[in-house]
Amino acid sequence: MLEVQNLSMRFGGLLAVDQVSLDVQEHEIVAIIGPNGAGKTTVFNCMSGFYKPTGGKILFEGREIQGKPDYKISRLGLVRTFQHVRLFGRMTVVENLLVAQHRHLNTNLLAGILKTPNYREKEQKSLDRAAYWLDRVGLTELANREAGNLAYGQQRRLEIARCMVTEPKLLMLDEPAAGLNPAETKDLNQLIISLKEDYNVSVVLIEHDMSLVMDISDRINVINQGRPLASGTPDEIRRNDDVIKAYLGEA
Amino acid sequence: MASHNLKHALFCAIVTLIISYPILGFNLESQGIDVTLEGAETSTVLGVLLAAVIVFLFQLFRDNVMGSLRQLPAVNPLANRKPMEQSKRLKLESTLLTLMVIGALIWPFIASRGAVDLATLVLIYIMLALGLNVVVGLAGLLDLGYVAFYAVGAYTFALLSQYYGVSFWFALPIGALLAALFGLVLGFPVLRLRGDYLAIVTLGFGEIIRILLNNMTSLTGGPNGIGGIPDPTLFGMEFGRRVKEEGNTSFHETFGIAYSGEHKVIFLYLIALVLAVITAIAIRRLMRMPVGRAWEALREDEIAAKSLGLSRTAVKLSAFTIGAFFAGFAGTVFASKQGFISPESFVFLESAIILAIVVLGGMGSQMGVILAAIAVTILPELAREFSEYRMLIFGAAMVLMMVWRPQGLMPMRRIHIELKRQE
Amino acid sequence: MQDLLYFVQQLINGLTIGSTYALIAIGYTMVYGIIGMINFAHGEIYMIGAYTALIAITGLTALGIVWLPLILVVALLCAMIVSSSMGWAVERVAYRPVRGKHRLIPLISAIGMSIFLQNYVHLAQGSRNIGFPALIEGGFRFGAEDSFQTSITYMQITIFATTLVCMTILSLFISRSRIGRACRAVSQDLGMANLLGIDTNRIISATFVIGAALAAVAGLLLGMYYGSIDPLFGFIAGLKAFTAAVLGGIGSIPGAMLGGLILGVAESMTSGYLSGEYKDVVSFGLLILILLFKPTGLLGKPEVEKI
Repeated sequence: MLEVQNLSMRFGGLLAVDQVSLDVQEHEIVAIIGPNGAGKTTVFNCMSGFYKPTGGKILFEGREIQGKPDYKISRLGLVRTFQHVRLFGRMTVVENLLVAQHRHLNTNLLAGILKTPNYREKEQKSLDRAAYWLDRVGLTELANREAGNLAYGQQRRLEIARCMVTEPKLLMLDEPAAGLNPAETKDLNQLIISLKEDYNVSVVLIEHDMSLVMDISDRINVINQGRPLASGTPDEIRRNDDVIKAYLGEA
Repeated sequence: MASHNLKHALFCAIVTLIISYPILGFNLESQGIDVTLEGAETSTVLGVLLAAVIVFLFQLFRDNVMGSLRQLPAVNPLANRKPMEQSKRLKLESTLLTLMVIGALIWPFIASRGAVDLATLVLIYIMLALGLNVVVGLAGLLDLGYVAFYAVGAYTFALLSQYYGVSFWFALPIGALLAALFGLVLGFPVLRLRGDYLAIVTLGFGEIIRILLNNMTSLTGGPNGIGGIPDPTLFGMEFGRRVKEEGNTSFHETFGIAYSGEHKVIFLYLIALVLAVITAIAIRRLMRMPVGRAWEALREDEIAAKSLGLSRTAVKLSAFTIGAFFAGFAGTVFASKQGFISPESFVFLESAIILAIVVLGGMGSQMGVILAAIAVTILPELAREFSEYRMLIFGAAMVLMMVWRPQGLMPMRRIHIELKRQE
Repeated sequence: MQDLLYFVQQLINGLTIGSTYALIAIGYTMVYGIIGMINFAHGEIYMIGAYTALIAITGLTALGIVWLPLILVVALLCAMIVSSSMGWAVERVAYRPVRGKHRLIPLISAIGMSIFLQNYVHLAQGSRNIGFPALIEGGFRFGAEDSFQTSITYMQITIFATTLVCMTILSLFISRSRIGRACRAVSQDLGMANLLGIDTNRIISATFVIGAALAAVAGLLLGMYYGSIDPLFGFIAGLKAFTAAVLGGIGSIPGAMLGGLILGVAESMTSGYLSGEYKDVVSFGLLILILLFKPTGLLGKPEVEKI
């Protein structure tokens, strides 16, 4: 469903991403790994429209999306999280989830000011969806807390829930396990697998936690210094000499 | 450490002297084309010295002072009380608001004419501040040219009545919509800018509109302004002694009562009250709608908001336009109340006052903004001898608020949303 | 020939005003370069400089001192000392406690400070404008006696010369001195400079002091040039100077210089060929256009948004 072809991104004189290609099929979890500064997040930023790539193509469900504005890409069903969690800190947890559903709501101002039955019904639906996902990520008790006051792990889960209420087709997670303890990482593991199995969402993730990557990924792409190094199933990657060299060389 | 403190305290005291003594201690007097210098009164000089001593002592014992300040029990006796239950609080709030509105309805019939006139002004400021609150408090866009939209509303009514004889009731929606249109057109290019640039650009726009009003003499009368703006009518009844417009009747004749100038003042007050209540309710609803949440989301984190499919331009533009709409509303009422308008009423200072109201009340907090509008407008009237210090105090208060309590005197409270339990 | 002389006259007037804008713009640009905030009260600092200079000049004249260079130097020093102290105090009181908070907060604090200072002077010295003696009179004239003459006054020459001297000293200071080097380091990366043991608070204070001193110079010069001052005259001049800073690329010192000159010329051309009433419209219009189409200004560096 997603195909990245020969993606390049140049900042001034620096070629941050050079000819990277990858693809994601439906019902699949794909990981992007690589040493720090390899250009993984830049690839993400190009895919989600924050950067306009300087070369290559990005196809989502057969349509070219490279260079489209970020909010339009997310409306197509390509939603992401951030390496450093980005919540709406001074809004409550529920409100965070309601903001994400604005597209499912009636945007007619007058209907809202007059509170028409149609408007109320839609509002209730989005509240129900928010309640469902809060329950799913175990934050129901904290629904009316300010999001900025949550613990780090909770913030990470809320960010994923916030993506899920938009009913995406493809979810992009930027280092979802960063800063989590082993127990939390395990929960996250299960959550991501369940997103694929139960909600039929494909996932692309950037991750440093190798055990997480190896456990849940269907396929892995390795990037090194902005260039693609290898790609394949977890087993293939584990045995790939280039990858071992790159990682050992770095260590 | 002690010697360091002493040095620092001495330095601060000297700076205090340097920045206050030359300016306060000498008065420049213009005499014809000559300028002479006179020493200030002894009390001023003593005041300056006293200020330096206070700064010195404060800096010297800074740690002790700050420490004991922190140990003081909270000044607010309510601070430690448990927050009231959500449902109870809402009930109390709505009862309080209803009582306030009822009181505001009855009150003008007992109060003096001057007081009612002032109250109308307060209501106009409430409308303005509520509108600006959407832009600054909720959407986080610092608009320093807000007064331009107020001017658009006022001038729309003034010009329409002067050239086409349009009445208040027709001009009210036209003025508001035209102000909103201005907001839309001006906002479209500038809203891409970052926060602080936006502030300067809106300030520039506000000034440009004022300069244009000042210089398009043939249309706007320039600095002389436009007079003879008609009062509102009640179902075709005029409030003047004699009927000006053919086909209208006069209020006092219809009801067979003696003419009184107060009728008009009270009527205008009531119109302003109704409009202010409508403004408050409309904005309150908007805040709880998707668009209101989108404003706040964009204020909190633009990048995250965009990643969820919110269009930055559309969301900002909606806040800007809605804010402008209510400013236009207020402008029309203002023109009608004054009967005369000129560019003098729409200077930057006016934008700054409205901003001060929003900041003091608490950005995003409707209740806070309403109370601040009342306080800011009425306090200088009550203490007339201090009225020349008004802007000085505003300026200082804005700084102090930002340093100590950026959330305002009555911070915005989040709405509690009850969720259905998942089975 | 006439037309050319008229044009040259406008050019000279524009460059004169422009170089004082540049002096004020330095304060905006340095502060913005280091802590990324618009020092809204900078125009007021400049206004206070002008008032102090006038007080000093009047005081010295009253004491019977008539030697012009002495009067000018003392007035300049007084203005610089008072303005710098004010700049230092403003940063300490209104900006340092809110540094690092949400962008709007320092900005609102700065607007509050600007209103406060305006009214401080207003209350102390009255709101009417006060005549500023033109101490430097006379000039050169070019052109035929009976038609339009281009003139360049000694005052204008003084303004150019002083600006040039100030700019040279500033550039040398920034490139050679320890504090100057630290300034550049802090503007590159505040956090890093802190880690490297640079006392960033001190550097930030120094920035405010330097900017205020230059604004005071401009205050004295423009006071003499215009011939009168009032408590509000810092506000518009501040906006103009800010425009100049943005025009040249905020954060860039040569940019401030260039922006000031361009703005000054644009204004005087508007006054000369269109109408004096619209010169403010032109400079605000210029500001808006620059921000829309080239927000980095003429000499500024582009910013990469980090995610």
